[in-house]
Amino acid sequence: MAILASLATRQAGDVTMDDGVRRESGGYIGQSVPRREDKNLLLGQGNFVADIQLPGMVHAAFARSPLPHAKIGIVDVTAARAMDGVCFAASGDDVMAALPPINGMQVVTPQGWRDRVDTDILIPDQPLIPNDKLRYVGEAFALVVADSRYIAEDALELIEPDLEPLQPLPDAESALVDGAPLVHEHLGRNVAAFLHAKKGAGAEGLEVAPHRLKRRFVHHRYAAMPMECRGVVADYDTRTDTLTIWSSTQVVHWVRREVATALGMPEERVRCIAPDVGGGFGGKGHVYPEDILVAWLAREIGRPVKWVEDRHEHILNAAHSRDNIYDVEIGFDDDGKILALTSSFLVDSGAYTPVGAGIAGNSIAHMLGPYHIENYETDCKVVLTNRTPNAPYRGAGRPEVGFAMERSVDLVANYLGLDPAEVRFRNMIPPEDMPYEVGLTYRDGVAMVYDSGDYPKALRRALAELGGLETIRQRQKDALAEGRYLGLGLGCYVEGTGVGPFEGATVKIDPTGKIMVATGACPQGQGHETIFAQFAADMWQVPIDDVFVTVADTGHVSQGYGTIASRSTVTASGAIKLATDAVHEKVFAIAANLLETAETDLELRDAGVGVKGVPDMHVSYRDIATAAKPGWGHQRPDGVVAGLESTSYYEPPTVTWSYAANATLVEVDPETGQIAIEKYVEVHDAGVLVNPKLADGQVKGGLVQGLGGALLEELAYDDHGQLLTGSLMDYLLPSASDVPPLAVIHQETPSPLNAFGVKGLGEGGAIAPPVVIANAVCDALRPFKAELNSTPVRWADVAAFFDQNA
Amino acid sequence: MTDTRSITVTVNGERLTGEAEPRMLLVDFLRDELRRTGTHVGCEHGVCGTCTVIIDGDAARSCLMFAVQADGAEISTIEGLATNGEMHPLQKLFSEHHALQCGFCTPGVLMTAMDLVHNSNDHSPDAIRIGMSAALCRCTGYVGIIDAVTEYARQVHGDSGVAGDETGGGRNDG
Repeated sequence: MAILASLATRQAGDVTMDDGVRRESGGYIGQSVPRREDKNLLLGQGNFVADIQLPGMVHAAFARSPLPHAKIGIVDVTAARAMDGVCFAASGDDVMAALPPINGMQVVTPQGWRDRVDTDILIPDQPLIPNDKLRYVGEAFALVVADSRYIAEDALELIEPDLEPLQPLPDAESALVDGAPLVHEHLGRNVAAFLHAKKGAGAEGLEVAPHRLKRRFVHHRYAAMPMECRGVVADYDTRTDTLTIWSSTQVVHWVRREVATALGMPEERVRCIAPDVGGGFGGKGHVYPEDILVAWLAREIGRPVKWVEDRHEHILNAAHSRDNIYDVEIGFDDDGKILALTSSFLVDSGAYTPVGAGIAGNSIAHMLGPYHIENYETDCKVVLTNRTPNAPYRGAGRPEVGFAMERSVDLVANYLGLDPAEVRFRNMIPPEDMPYEVGLTYRDGVAMVYDSGDYPKALRRALAELGGLETIRQRQKDALAEGRYLGLGLGCYVEGTGVGPFEGATVKIDPTGKIMVATGACPQGQGHETIFAQFAADMWQVPIDDVFVTVADTGHVSQGYGTIASRSTVTASGAIKLATDAVHEKVFAIAANLLETAETDLELRDAGVGVKGVPDMHVSYRDIATAAKPGWGHQRPDGVVAGLESTSYYEPPTVTWSYAANATLVEVDPETGQIAIEKYVEVHDAGVLVNPKLADGQVKGGLVQGLGGALLEELAYDDHGQLLTGSLMDYLLPSASDVPPLAVIHQETPSPLNAFGVKGLGEGGAIAPPVVIANAVCDALRPFKAELNSTPVRWADVAAFFDQNA
Repeated sequence: MTDTRSITVTVNGERLTGEAEPRMLLVDFLRDELRRTGTHVGCEHGVCGTCTVIIDGDAARSCLMFAVQADGAEISTIEGLATNGEMHPLQKLFSEHHALQCGFCTPGVLMTAMDLVHNSNDHSPDAIRIGMSAALCRCTGYVGIIDAVTEYARQVHGDSGVAGDETGGGRNDG
């Protein structure tokens, strides 16, 4: 234990921690343990998909649609195939003849959710390369494989498709017009899902409200945009009839499932590995046609095949997100107490909807946020259009609904002449009401119960971090007297995290006595190898370097789910614990045999098992592993089977509820409309923090993505369905000089739902900034009664308010 | 492949020769021909800075240059920062300040920082922010990157070299 004691000093660094509720474990959990991932990445020795080079490898490239909606005639790939250096070419006809489409429902929703939320779902399957119609700009219509990517792209130039333009459906509203053409004729409609949910008296609750406000809120389209584009390498081994796939994905087990299904192979004969992955944020959180096509090509051609997306291709073809329209009505009394809320919203799903109605389901579940509201009714249409498919991106339905909700709260405050902070406090669920039954069903099919937290405290602390409400209002007044416009923006949210259905883990003791952990989690920079080692080191009472962690490899854990939806800390730690518990049982039984004592007298210590209170009576894990071996000379007691290994699956009872209060102070420039952020604060609670420094990094990274969505990033389409922002010159990512001073304060309220008190935190940071910035700008423009009810918040729109009121 | 040229470059002190078509990008030559995959490709149109390397002393986007243009050049990349497996002080600071998550942009971020700290005289907070805006990172929100680069500038130039307006930032280009 000496090693552990010396490491037990807190290393939270400059992370701002809560001051009371932390559970001191005395181990690694709760410490800012340095990342074991860093060294290779910093030395330039990372191994990303694009870095993989196999003997005889050939390169795939895809011909992509220049039109949003077009009937496909003849796609002749003969000339391309005949080109020097080209070894394969295929049209949609060739691919459709060989491979089935991807099942539209990559995520299966449980019956419990469908029973309690009214649904009518018709999700289209996605052809790997269509041969009937092209449904968005960027959809592939042919592919070529050649000795180099350069040659493959040359060959694509020789494919002149015969495309007949069809009337495009450039957005959700145009797709709902009576008589509009259909994106998928066989569905008979352009709606992939109708959803409806109700709490209390629902819309009828509005009838008795003394005041009602009705507004439309628009959350624009933007995307995950990881720095590494997508990529796939596949290698087929004829002798063993096995496929190995390296994909830049967040879900290796989904890729294995879909490839095995499409290629008619047992899942065991397909291995999918996500090596170093250069960011995902949801955009790599489902299976794409290329994952399957590259695997198929490797088997078909008999050589390793590589495809690495270029950035233009990524912007056209990798999933987009957000793109919602909300019509909200809010009923409230003279005190600002919200009595009823209705919302009717559209999700522009684009041409396919690979994660089904998941985003909309999130939006429905998260609208009420941290507030107690008796009556709520919502309906949603997930609309198919001729845009790029829409899939979850960091926040996944929560930034969109949060924008509608938190703008509404500010509008209530403005209507009544109350402070927006005060209206929030009056409606918030107090900590003494925890756990709180929401009265809705989560998409895991379980009745929603906020498990723990102190929402008002988070908001109080956020305001205090900006100097306190009174001081802020005084500063604002003083500034206005000088002709300067300061605004306070607030935004609060709750976030269901650690969602099921399950995660898998295999834990074993190696013959050398080291602890081996493998999970189905697939990180993209979160630091999973470090934090899962922290968990396991504490569970086994070993120095952290004795723990070896494998992630994102289907060869190491037979069933897994993956890293999406802020879930891995919660679900993988649960799986590691279950597997560890099972191995512990055997370890204790064998140690008792070796030490000739009762199991109840034993404890884990010093990388082995010892007799409590007797320092000399100890056996190491290495000795126990030797004793546990099958064969002659084993030292297992009767009834204990050989081996020290267990695979377990954690099926969480339901989600844990993280939450945050955000506040910012901005100054807007009357001349240019420039929005200068003085400071941005998030008080965030994700339960017990396993590694505070990494948690802090997750939240701050999320905040900057949220600020990008609020102010810079936009996937803009014209009225004909053409994407106008096809490069990083047009799609503006935040850079270092765009980032304001950030303050993240971690409040730690343990979750009662799991052994470690943890909740998820990957997405949270990105949820609130769009509405916080909009609220801040509206607050600054309060003298003009300005309302900004859509994103992104543009300087030009801000300047226009000044011009109109000049 | 037809019409290739023999290109010789010095990469991190090592003289290397490979074949390249005139149209081959320098970054592809480094990665695919010379098998130095530490440098990454993020956008191939000169915006993201992930492919930044130091060519004859100055930072440059290796996706905006052809390999033939670099014939005879001295090139430094992320792989050359460490000495005998010992991380360079800047690399250590990146780990200490959690200045990387996925690590994909890190090669360009590190080389941009090396250029900024060693080739510029202004290491005020604003100068560091503006200088580092040449390299995009999607994971970290730049907080750890700015802290690490600031600390490295302090190590190289002393406290006076990094003095300036501590309340920098807060600008956005919407």
